[in-house]
Amino acid sequence: MIELGLQSAAYIVATILFILALGGLKDEESAKRAIWYGIVGMALAVLATVFGPGVQNIALILIAVAIGAAAGWYIAGKVQMTEMPQLVAALHSFVGLAAVFIGLNADLMLGAVQQMQAQGIGLAEADLTGFGEKLWEKDAVEIAILKVEVFLGIFIGAVTFTGSVIAFGKLAGKVDGKATKLPGGHFLNAGALALCILLGILYFNGAGIWTIFLVAIIAGFIGYHLIMGIGGADMPVVVSMLNSYSGWAAAAIGFTLGNDLLIVTGALVGSSGAILSYIMCKAMNRQFVSVILGGFGTGGGEQQEVEGEMVAIDADGVADALKEADSVVIVPGYGMAVAQAQQAVSELTRKLRDEGKTVRFAIHPVAGRLPGHMNVLLAEAKVPYDIVLEMDEINDDFKSTDVVIVIGSNDIVNPAANDDPNSPIAGMPVLHVWEATDVFVCKRGSGTGYSGIENPLFYKDNTRMFYGDAKESVNALLQKL
Amino acid sequence: MKFGVVKESQETEARVALSPASAEQIRKLGHEVVVEAGAGTRADISDDLYREAGVEVLDSAEKVFEVSDVIGKVRPPTEAEVERLREGQTLISFFYPAENEALLKTAADKGATLVAMDMVPRISRAQKMDALSSMANIAGYRAVIEAANNFGRFMTGQITAAGKVPPAKILVVGAGVAGLAAIGAATSLGAITYAFDVRPEVAEQVESMGAEFVYLDFEGEQEEGSGGYAAPSSPEFREAQLAKFREIAPDMDIVITTALIPNREAPELWTEDMVKAMKPGSVIVDLAAEKGGNCKLTVKDEKIVTDNGVTIIGYTDFPSRMAKQSSTLYATNIRHFLTDLTPEKDGQVNHDMEDQVIRGATVAHGGEVTWPPPKTESPSPQKPRQEKKKEKTREEKHAEEKAAFAKQTRGQIGLLAVGAVVMLLIGSVAPESFMSHFIVFALACFVGFQVIWGVAHSLHTPLMAVTNAISGIIILGALLQVGAGNWLVVILSVIAILIASINIVGGFLVTRRMLSMFVKS
Repeated sequence: MIELGLQSAAYIVATILFILALGGLKDEESAKRAIWYGIVGMALAVLATVFGPGVQNIALILIAVAIGAAAGWYIAGKVQMTEMPQLVAALHSFVGLAAVFIGLNADLMLGAVQQMQAQGIGLAEADLTGFGEKLWEKDAVEIAILKVEVFLGIFIGAVTFTGSVIAFGKLAGKVDGKATKLPGGHFLNAGALALCILLGILYFNGAGIWTIFLVAIIAGFIGYHLIMGIGGADMPVVVSMLNSYSGWAAAAIGFTLGNDLLIVTGALVGSSGAILSYIMCKAMNRQFVSVILGGFGTGGGEQQEVEGEMVAIDADGVADALKEADSVVIVPGYGMAVAQAQQAVSELTRKLRDEGKTVRFAIHPVAGRLPGHMNVLLAEAKVPYDIVLEMDEINDDFKSTDVVIVIGSNDIVNPAANDDPNSPIAGMPVLHVWEATDVFVCKRGSGTGYSGIENPLFYKDNTRMFYGDAKESVNALLQKL
Repeated sequence: MKFGVVKESQETEARVALSPASAEQIRKLGHEVVVEAGAGTRADISDDLYREAGVEVLDSAEKVFEVSDVIGKVRPPTEAEVERLREGQTLISFFYPAENEALLKTAADKGATLVAMDMVPRISRAQKMDALSSMANIAGYRAVIEAANNFGRFMTGQITAAGKVPPAKILVVGAGVAGLAAIGAATSLGAITYAFDVRPEVAEQVESMGAEFVYLDFEGEQEEGSGGYAAPSSPEFREAQLAKFREIAPDMDIVITTALIPNREAPELWTEDMVKAMKPGSVIVDLAAEKGGNCKLTVKDEKIVTDNGVTIIGYTDFPSRMAKQSSTLYATNIRHFLTDLTPEKDGQVNHDMEDQVIRGATVAHGGEVTWPPPKTESPSPQKPRQEKKKEKTREEKHAEEKAAFAKQTRGQIGLLAVGAVVMLLIGSVAPESFMSHFIVFALACFVGFQVIWGVAHSLHTPLMAVTNAISGIIILGALLQVGAGNWLVVILSVIAILIASINIVGGFLVTRRMLSMFVKS
C-alpha cells in the first residue's frame, strides 16, 4: 500500500515526465526518447493510484485495464497512417465519454455520502473510497463548487464525445463530409446551450441527478450538430479543437476529484489543442469562431474572373521536365492520402534523388485532415524528414525551383489568396508554387476542390494539368524515368 | 505526310531547320522526314546522325522539294526556291513578310502555303515555337562572347600576384529576350553588369539576374507596347535617357544595345559623342544593326574600330555563329509548330486557320496572301502596374517598431489585468481548497502554452496522439470511484477505466510507431 505522501511524489514525477514528453516533440530525434518519459509517467501515475489508499475492486480494475490495453494495442498496431485522423478523433471521444461517466459518478457518490451523513453514520464506519472521503469532508461552499465542476465536466465531456464521434464518422467516410445543419442552424445550438445552463441552475439548487443527465444528452446534441455543420477541409481545426476539449474535460474532472495530476495533465492537453487550433486558423487566415460556426465567409464583391485555359499534359511530358530539372518540390495534399499515393511518391523521390536532383516537400499547415498529417504519411513511406519542409521554410525557394508537382492539393496553392481581395480565402498564406519554372498539378478532374473556389493556378502559363488518380499517375511517371 | 528540310542556299548561313532529336519527335507524330545531303554539316550534324534518327537523306534540294509536303528552312526562301513550290505544299521558315511582299505574292499565286516563323504570335501558348525569342537568346549570349573576344581585359576582377585587375563594366541597353540573355552571360563571366530598359517594370527581372538596373530621374508615364516590345518613347523621356547614358558612358567598357521597335528603324540610343567619351579598347556590340543600329556608327555585318579606339561590332548573324545551338532550338520550334499542325498525331496535317497561332503565322494559304493577320486582342496578361514601394527611412522603421512594441505591451498588460480581476473574483468567493487547485491549473496552462509552441510542425500528428494518450490520465478519476458501494457507479467506472486504457495504450503505441518512422536521410 502506497501512502498519500508517496502517491503525491509519484504524481509530481509523472507531471514532470508528461511535460518533458510534450516538450521533447520539438524535433524528431528527441521525440523518440521523450515518448518513453510519457509512458513511464503514465505507468507511475496509474500504479501509484491503484495501489494507493482508498482504491478497491482491484480485480475489476485489472480486468478492465487488460481489456482496454489489449484493444489499444490491437488498434495501434493495425491502424493505417492514412487513418490517423479517425483514430485521433475516436480517442478524443473516449476521453469525453469517460469524463461524462466520472462526472455522473461523482454526483451519485455525493448523493450517497450526503445520505450517510444525514443518517448520522460516522466516517470510520462508512467504508468509503478515497474520493468518498474527500466528499465527506467538503463544506457547503465546496459542494456548490463541486457541482459547478461536475456540470462543466459533463457538459464538455458530452460535447467532446458526440463531436468526436461525428468527426470520426466524417473522417472515416461513414458520415457525409459536407457541412449539414438542421433547420434553425446556430439558433438551435444557442437554444440548447441556454437549456443546459437552465438545467445547470436547477441542479445547483438541488434538483437532482436527472438534470445533469439531461445536460449530458443536450450537450451531446450540441456536439453532434456543431461538427455536422463543419465541412471536411476544416477538419484539422475541428480535431485540434476536440483535442483541446478533451483536455479541459479531464481538467474539470480533476477539479471535481481534487486531483492535481488530472488538472495539470488536462491543462497541458487543453492548451496543446488550443494552440494547434490557433495555428490551423492562422494558416487559413480565418477566425476560430467562423470555422466553428461553419462555412466560408463571403467576400465583399465579385471574385476575379480567371482567364486562360487549363492545359493537360501526359506522363511523358512530366517525365521530360523532371529529367531536365535540378530542383524539384513536391506539394502533397489530402488527395495524396485519399489515393494512397505516398509510396509511389516516395519511390519517385528516391529515383530523382539518386540522379542527383534536389527533391524537397512543401507542407502547408492545413494540408490533409490532421495537423502534421502529411509529415506522418511521408515518414511512413520512408521519405527522410529533413527534406520535408514547412511553408515558411520553403516559400522563398520556389523562385529558384525548376519543377513543382502538386499532388492532390488545391486551396493551399491558390494564388487568388494573394491576388484577389474578394476571394473567400483572401489573405490565407499559401505556397507560392507558381513562382517555379514549371508546375504540374496532379488532380483527378478539372473541377474545383472542396471549397468550390476557382484556382487561377490551373490557368497559369507555366502550369500543366496532369489528370488522373494520383497513385496511377505517379506510377506511370515512374515508368518513364 | 513528308517533312523535308533543305540546305540553306545562302552561303553564310550555317543553321539548319532539323536536328536528329526533332526528327525523332516529328516521326512520332506520324510523319516521314527527309533532308538534303550535307544540310547539317556546318552545324556539326552529319548525314549519318540524321540517318540514325530515321531520316531519309536525299542528294539534292530539288528532290526534297519534289517529295515533301512540308518544307522546313531557316532563312526566307530565295526566288528560285519559291518557284519550286507547288500547289498545296507548305514552306515553314523565317519570312519577314513586310520586306518580302513580292515574293509572298508569287508564293500565294502558286497556291502554296507559307508559314513565317517570325510571325508566330507572341502569346504564352506559342512560346515554345517562338523562334525569334530562341534566336534572340542566342544573339544576346553571343554578343557578350564577341565583345569579350574583342576586349583586351578580363571580364571578372582578379587579385593576382602581378597586381589587381578590375572587373569589366558592361551596359546592356534593352532588357528583352536578347538583353536578358546578355545580362545572364555577362554576370556569369563575372563582369559588373548594368542594364537599362524603357519599361521600368522589367527592373525586377534585371535585378533577379544579378545586374543593376539604371533608373532615370524622369517623372512621367512610359507606355509598354504590345507583344512584349517597348513602344516608342516621348522626346522628353528620350532626352532624360540620353543624358543618363552620357553620364555613364566614360565608365563603361562594353556596351551591348538590343533596342528594337517592330516595323521601325532602330532608335538611336548610343550617340557619337558617347562613343567618343568611351575609353580606347572599349567594345560596342549593336544587336540592332539589321535595322540601322542603335549606334549610328555601326556598319552592318562588319566590325569597325573608331578613331578613339572603340570597337563597334555590327554583325547580324550571331545565331549562325553558334549554328549547332541555334539549329537545335530552331528545329525544336519548328517541331512544336508541326505538333500544332498535327493535332491528332496521325501524320495528317490539319492547317486550322481558326487557330490563333497557326492563323497568325500563316502568311499565304489557299492561293491568297493572308498577311497581315486580322487584329486580335493580344491577351498578354500584364500585371497591374506595381507602385514602387518607397523605402522606409530608418526613423520611420524605428517608430513603427516602437509603436508595435507599445501595442504589444498594452495588449499584454490588458490581458494580465483582465486575468488578475478574474482571479480576484474567483478568489473572493471560492474556498482555499479550490484555490490551491486553481493555482496548479493556471500554472499548468502556462507551462502547456510555453511547451507546445516549441513543438515542430511536422510532429503535430504525434503530438495529438500523445496528448490522446496522456489525456487517458482521466483513468485516475475512475480508479478512485470504482470501489464505491453503488453498483451503477461501479459499472460506469469500469467502462471509464476500460476506454481510458484504450486511450493510454493505443495513444502511446501509435505515437511510438509514428515516431519510429521518421528517419533522416
